[in-house]
Amino acid sequence: MQFTFTSEQQEYRAVLRRYFADSSPTTEVRRLMETEQGWERDRWRDLNAQLGLCGVHVPEPYGGQGFGMVELGIVVEEMGRALVCAPYFASAVLATTAIMNAAAEAQKDALLPSLVAGDAVATLAFTEPNGRWDAGGVETTAVAVDGAFRLDGVKSFVLDGAAADLIVVLARAPGSSGEEGLSFFTVRGEADGLTRRALKSLDPTRKLAELTFKGAPAELLGELGKAAEPFAKTLRLAAIALANEMVGGADRLREDALDYAMMRVQFGRPIASFQSMKHKQADMLLEVELAKSAAYHAAQAAADDAADLAALASLAKAAASEAYLQTAIHAIQIRGGIGFTWDNDTHLWFKRAKSSEVFLGDATLHRERMMRAWGHR
Amino acid sequence: MSEAATMTAPTEEAVRAEVCAWLDANWDPNLGLVEWRNRLIDAGWGAPTWPKAWHGRDLPPALAAVVDQEIRRVGAVNVARAGVRNLAAQTLLAHGTDAQKAAFLRPSLTGEYSWCQLFSEPGSGSDLAGAMTRAELKGNRWIVNGQKVWTTSAHHADWGLLLARTNWDAQKHQGLSYFLLNMHQPGVEVRPLRQMNGHASFNQVFFTDAEVLPEHLIGELGGGWAVATTTLMHERRGADGTGAAAGREPSAPRQGRIHDEERAEAAVANEPYTWYPQRAGRVDLVLERAKATGKIDDPVVRQEIAKLLILARSAEWTARRARAAQVQGRPQGPEGSLGKLAASHVARAAARVHTLISGADAMLSGADGPEDGIIAEILISVPAVSIAGGTDEIQRNIIAERVLRMPKEPGSSDDRPFRDVPKNVVG
Repeated sequence: MQFTFTSEQQEYRAVLRRYFADSSPTTEVRRLMETEQGWERDRWRDLNAQLGLCGVHVPEPYGGQGFGMVELGIVVEEMGRALVCAPYFASAVLATTAIMNAAAEAQKDALLPSLVAGDAVATLAFTEPNGRWDAGGVETTAVAVDGAFRLDGVKSFVLDGAAADLIVVLARAPGSSGEEGLSFFTVRGEADGLTRRALKSLDPTRKLAELTFKGAPAELLGELGKAAEPFAKTLRLAAIALANEMVGGADRLREDALDYAMMRVQFGRPIASFQSMKHKQADMLLEVELAKSAAYHAAQAAADDAADLAALASLAKAAASEAYLQTAIHAIQIRGGIGFTWDNDTHLWFKRAKSSEVFLGDATLHRERMMRAWGHR
Repeated sequence: MSEAATMTAPTEEAVRAEVCAWLDANWDPNLGLVEWRNRLIDAGWGAPTWPKAWHGRDLPPALAAVVDQEIRRVGAVNVARAGVRNLAAQTLLAHGTDAQKAAFLRPSLTGEYSWCQLFSEPGSGSDLAGAMTRAELKGNRWIVNGQKVWTTSAHHADWGLLLARTNWDAQKHQGLSYFLLNMHQPGVEVRPLRQMNGHASFNQVFFTDAEVLPEHLIGELGGGWAVATTTLMHERRGADGTGAAAGREPSAPRQGRIHDEERAEAAVANEPYTWYPQRAGRVDLVLERAKATGKIDDPVVRQEIAKLLILARSAEWTARRARAAQVQGRPQGPEGSLGKLAASHVARAAARVHTLISGADAMLSGADGPEDGIIAEILISVPAVSIAGGTDEIQRNIIAERVLRMPKEPGSSDDRPFRDVPKNVVG
């Protein structure tokens, strides 16, 4: 197991950090979050034309860069720092990973190159209004009619679901339950029988949608009835990616709060000179660094295909959920009244911390998953 | 060997092969302990990270670990370099004169000299620089009077690392000097200090006209604080649960004179540390006990266990990140300063979880208590972790001021002569 980044990986991170600092200042985040879609297609294409980010973890035969989870972790961590408004998590992380894990070779050839190029945007629709983050919560059904599949049901909390060109949907055979009878399907965003409703999300930088399928035409992705395993694998990698994104945001919040404390003067001295502030900053550093260690370790474990990856993924997500939100709470508190205003940028990260805390399962859920994955029962 | 070849760092394979061949030719369990350690020291294998001029090989920590691994693998005894002995050696390597290094490094490694640290006083704990033990030059001797406390191993140490005040008119930090004090002399009295957990791992040390030779001043007169900072840095580095500061592993039951001698040495050296694993919380016992008691099925307990495991594993990985960066020769990131604070969190969380798992049994100790009293010992030993070697509060100040570069509290830099600074009244 490797516990440090290579010089190439560090250089890659430095390039991305500079790029996002220039291209995603908070003025830009605020402009985009006020739009209905939350991102712009021209800028999305630029991002991929210049840096090839959508294919960082995709093998070269499909147009990707052929790196792995560690590099993907670096990308999402830097995006999390800068709160980049783009459908990256939906398309490059969730949908692309599901396709890589589930699809037949010909389907990968057909679908991945346009996603990698950023020409098409995809998402993964698995959660339903019941809010469960596992296969057992899936109620949407798929029925074959005249050799073609039709989907019926409602998916909710779908990331960038209102704007995606392609939706990877997890559905089940009628009458099946649990991990049985699950299959992945692809549905076009403009398909008949699909109604999309943008949800008003708490975090305006991350758009969610509710998708209602009424006999919507769908194509089977991968093997019929065999989606449970590739879905579980996709969720593990998504949790690791999200944990890395979250520690990026948390570290940025911590640094900005430190800068503020150094600059803000009360009682005739910078508030950073008060022990109460220093101890809070030391605690924040500890908490963020511990969560980083868990996120980095999980990404490396994924690259190494570690046997207990499921446990390590849940560990990283649970750690990041707690650390990001706690850091955001401190970051507001350190600023006092100004930290609670709309014009101050802290709330942008606070809202991302809150939505990420819950997305893909909260810390309590992932702690239990970790215990089970390690066989502690 | 050409000069170019000596400039290049050796590979892991080369180091392993060389130490293996050397052990093959030299290791002999029938040697005396000191005789064998002198051989290791002469060959540079005893302290591979130390400079070549002083018993080492200038090897990076990663390669030194390979050497230690091979020494363990063949069942050979290593030199003595754990605990305060290591702090003494590192301090001498950084600040000692050649004569001091020549006099003290080798007998420390052979185990002939054992050490204690004479820093804390009843009147100055966190504020170490407020030390009031005085050293006055009278004729050709420094005469030492005062009192130290929390001194591990003072009852059997040969030498003490002494921080004493040599100038009362200078500002607090500028009036201190650092000495090596011979513990075997009439002016030194050592009394055990009983702790809340019943053990007496520490001592109080009283000096009444104790003597120090002038050549045992380390660093500049009045420059003791800088020297002490080196000692403390090495102490905190060892406190993240990964360093060598904790007691040694018990020796395997090997036969031979040298192993008997080492066991006798280890028994003395480890005696104060028997409860140290308990003060760190014994995370290793948690799952086993949760399963044995059936509490593993309680969803609330499961959550608390999971929180503890996440904390403990993250702390371990953070320490490994720091070491990996160090091995690569990268400047250490913030992760390197966090180990001690993380260890406190882990210990407290573990004590909480042990209580949850034990239920009413947590009220019992000794033979009536769970795990033959080990759980009780955990519960009453953990409060030491966040105090010993620098309190959590001081640790947070260090992180804030040295890592995050936050400004010092106004008033903490007291420019008055130390004589005029308010002090504790010590009875």
